Amino acid sequence: MAYKRQIGRLPIIPADAKKQNVTCHYCIVGCGYHAYSWPVNKQGGTAADSNAFGVNLSEQQPAETDAWYAPSMYNIVKQDGKDVHLVIKPDKDCVVNSGLGSVRGARMAENRRSDVTGTQQQRLTDPMVWRYGTWQPTSWDDALDLVAQVTARFIQKDNEDQLFVSMFDHGGSAGGYENTWGTGKLYFGSMKVKHCRIHNRPAYNSEVHSTRDMGVGELNYCYEDYELTDAIFMVGANSLETQTNLYLNHMIPGMRGDSLGKKKQELPNEAHAAAKVIIVDPRRTTTVNACEEAAGKENVLHLALNSGTDLALFNTLFTYIADQGWVDSDFIKASTFQDGTAQPEDAAHPCALGSLELAREACKMSLADGAKICGLAEADIVKAAEWIAKPKEGGVRRRCVFPYEKGIIWGNDNYRTIGALVNIGLLTGNIGRPGGGVVRLGGHQEGYMRPADGFIGRPAPYIDDLLIKGGGKVHHIWACDHYKTTLNATEFKRVYNRRSNLVKEAMDAAAGKSRAELVDAIVAAIEAGGLFSVNVDIIHSQIGQAAHVILPAVESGEMNLTSMNGERRMRLTEKYMDGPGAAMPDCMIAAHLAQHLERVLEAAGQGDYAKQFQGYNWKNEEDAFMDGYYANTGEIVTYDRLRAMGNNGVQEPVTAFEDGKLIGTKRLYADGTFGTADKKARFCAGAWRGLEAPGKTAEKEKFTYLINNGRSNINWQNWFLDQDNDFVIDRYPYPFIEMNPEDMAELGVKAGDLVEVVNDAGATQAMAYPTPTAKRKETFMLFAAPSGAQGNVVNNGTNTLILPNYKQTWGDIRKISDAPAAVKHLSFKSKEYKPA
Amino acid sequence: MKRCRNLVEVGRRQFLRGSSLAATGAVTAAVLPSSKAEAAGNAALLTYPSNRLANLSDLTLDQPMDVSYPDDEAPGVLIKLGKAVEGGVGPDGDVVGFSTVCPHKGFPLGFNAETKTLNCPGHYSVFDVEAGGQQTFGHATQNLPQYVLRVDDKGDIYAEGVDELLYGRLSNVLGGN
Repeated sequence: MAYKRQIGRLPIIPADAKKQNVTCHYCIVGCGYHAYSWPVNKQGGTAADSNAFGVNLSEQQPAETDAWYAPSMYNIVKQDGKDVHLVIKPDKDCVVNSGLGSVRGARMAENRRSDVTGTQQQRLTDPMVWRYGTWQPTSWDDALDLVAQVTARFIQKDNEDQLFVSMFDHGGSAGGYENTWGTGKLYFGSMKVKHCRIHNRPAYNSEVHSTRDMGVGELNYCYEDYELTDAIFMVGANSLETQTNLYLNHMIPGMRGDSLGKKKQELPNEAHAAAKVIIVDPRRTTTVNACEEAAGKENVLHLALNSGTDLALFNTLFTYIADQGWVDSDFIKASTFQDGTAQPEDAAHPCALGSLELAREACKMSLADGAKICGLAEADIVKAAEWIAKPKEGGVRRRCVFPYEKGIIWGNDNYRTIGALVNIGLLTGNIGRPGGGVVRLGGHQEGYMRPADGFIGRPAPYIDDLLIKGGGKVHHIWACDHYKTTLNATEFKRVYNRRSNLVKEAMDAAAGKSRAELVDAIVAAIEAGGLFSVNVDIIHSQIGQAAHVILPAVESGEMNLTSMNGERRMRLTEKYMDGPGAAMPDCMIAAHLAQHLERVLEAAGQGDYAKQFQGYNWKNEEDAFMDGYYANTGEIVTYDRLRAMGNNGVQEPVTAFEDGKLIGTKRLYADGTFGTADKKARFCAGAWRGLEAPGKTAEKEKFTYLINNGRSNINWQNWFLDQDNDFVIDRYPYPFIEMNPEDMAELGVKAGDLVEVVNDAGATQAMAYPTPTAKRKETFMLFAAPSGAQGNVVNNGTNTLILPNYKQTWGDIRKISDAPAAVKHLSFKSKEYKPA
Repeated sequence: MKRCRNLVEVGRRQFLRGSSLAATGAVTAAVLPSSKAEAAGNAALLTYPSNRLANLSDLTLDQPMDVSYPDDEAPGVLIKLGKAVEGGVGPDGDVVGFSTVCPHKGFPLGFNAETKTLNCPGHYSVFDVEAGGQQTFGHATQNLPQYVLRVDDKGDIYAEGVDELLYGRLSNVLGGN
């Protein structure tokens, strides 16, 4: 039986409840919510004057009402040490979501730790140290002293290469400007740690080097551009599921024509129609289905290309559009580099950058060649080109938004492919203009503020591979779980378990010894090939099972936290509840660790070095914000000013504070100048060169099934919490793998059966989900599942500049077992909306 | 079926306008409640009325029958599925009842007899009536509220409870104890 909460009634928010600003901390979109809280012994009533909505709640409320909340939006939590009722519900006045809640964000309240309702008991409450053969809770001072003592043995002034660090660089969640600054100041300011990596990839690098090198920052538009555009060219993204309310609240109005009035008003001198939609994805997604429903099938073009051939498609479109002369010549002349090569190809640049002519020569691809490589009809490529760029009535330039995400970021030939997409945007003058933008859709929100990282170099060190090869002595991990989200994960876990176990055994053997003796024992084990692992997280993660010290962090709402969303909209989420137990903001953990390192180094006679760890006398996260963001961005944005801007916040960069308001920037590059030394954008001269990452071509030839992979509506940036959420785990107790029913029949696999996916890199498991729209021999597996990591079967070959290539994975499939008990009640029907 | 198609159209228009409706799409119950339980003061649990919604003989395979429960402002359907399912009643264990107000934003759901799902025209959510109303795909944070049904020896079908909070009300029984 499907999971049901058996809740028929909820406490009513009283009229005098506390109301605070909340930006959903899960995905990039950053929907606005409000947190209402009130004492646990009070309640509102149904009479209009006794509830927060001023509405008679003894009556049925209409669709889209503001005066309703689901059981998932309710909890009882601690606030200033006291139990309070908490409701977190969508904000109808937030321009991002206009009152919509996603299946993820609308469960924020339910996903808070509560000792009353029993939710999220997996949250860490106390520092823990490996002691007496398991993890034992202890004090912050005891845990941080051990971390500092061991770390100090392997760092020296001017050489911190034995310290490996994995740290988030994002906003939302437990990231944000406060926490990236706290960790950044420690590892890039006090130290210069070059052996570091980011939460979702095995190196400290950009996921979009090429667009930045071309002078085009990846978040350059505003969400309203979907309501102003003539076409949406979506690549490698499934926005209905992974940027849900951006899709529902901005893309759908654009493609349904609901925004025609706005178009005519803001862009009066041209013809307007509802936006047409082109989706580039090997798989038919629910997004394709929803676009067809919203826009009409005749206005949707799904280019279901061969996996990994996006670069060939973009170069073909670029060639064709340029050949037709559907280009913005004035823009190209004024705003792009004119003189051949601006940046030659080298180890840090996987292709040359420069003028339009340079790129046209390098990227030249005929319709016939493009169609053949991509497995598409020439006519469809032409249709896409026309929808993107064929001038409107009177020769007016068409407007097109080019959103993209992991399909090409974690796909074949990252640098050249993203560059080739930006090429089309530049060619057609669609950057910095209303209804334009070549943009990342994004995963987490952003919230990056760190000292310069140029010392790391480019290509950046491949950290996970170095760890496998025995590199590193001490590993600090901040909210990263390599075990679920790295490539070559089968091997990584095997080696990491072995190396960390060496240290655990040494700690077990030193039971009851003094701190100095314990540290000596740990150091000896490390020198014998071991690895000392420190895990900072909000839960006991999978890689945390290998940790020797575990430090509990809080996340958004349990601290004040600032981030920006996919249109650079910055908001302050106010602290509306206490963190669990002794847990602290990451910035404060970093500050305390710095102070312990200063003390330990001083005691070790390294006074000069110790001084580098000063400057962390922060009382709270606001001090970290002022030390980092405020001080480094023109001293304009403060908590008070941002709080006053509410859930609509301000779009970065923030340029001034006038008349009591922060003044932001609606679109980047609106003045036609770009982010290069000479302010001219560059074109990318990257020719198609097949599957680029090592080992992919051979794997494709050897194994039968494409193991395409990605996220789902219900399993996304909140999975760390949702592995302990009954509603979510009931739906997908195991990661699904979408398979064509004929493939399933061939393998003797039924709906819900467990299958093993195997190749030369390793093996993993998934639950078969029959999907008639799946192409034969092309599967799609849920990524990063706790109960079956897709990364186990991704080989260690990366794209140039150490970008993982998850999407191009091939393997064989075999049945493990019939559907387990937890699976038998599930719906295995099509996820597509089909009206009666 | 006709009604459900109409509801789809209503939902489509509503989504375009971005305005609201829900229970106004309402639904005169095809069979009026024959009795309502007396409210029980100060009870620990919500007291649901026991309402007669239909007789087994009123149902046709795969044809959803419009009902409302626990009151006239809460539209729903009874469906005879032709195979025994969880929560199903009747001699074949195949009769189920569900709210037809989407628990995401309150749009009226339409029934697709081919897939045996209730589908939301507002934001494309899909609920499987053969799997206890599990949200096959969608944006609601709960599965579809299903009725607790009882069939008496005359074949009369009574609803006597709901297993999730209904959209648009903070008490499933309005003003109830």
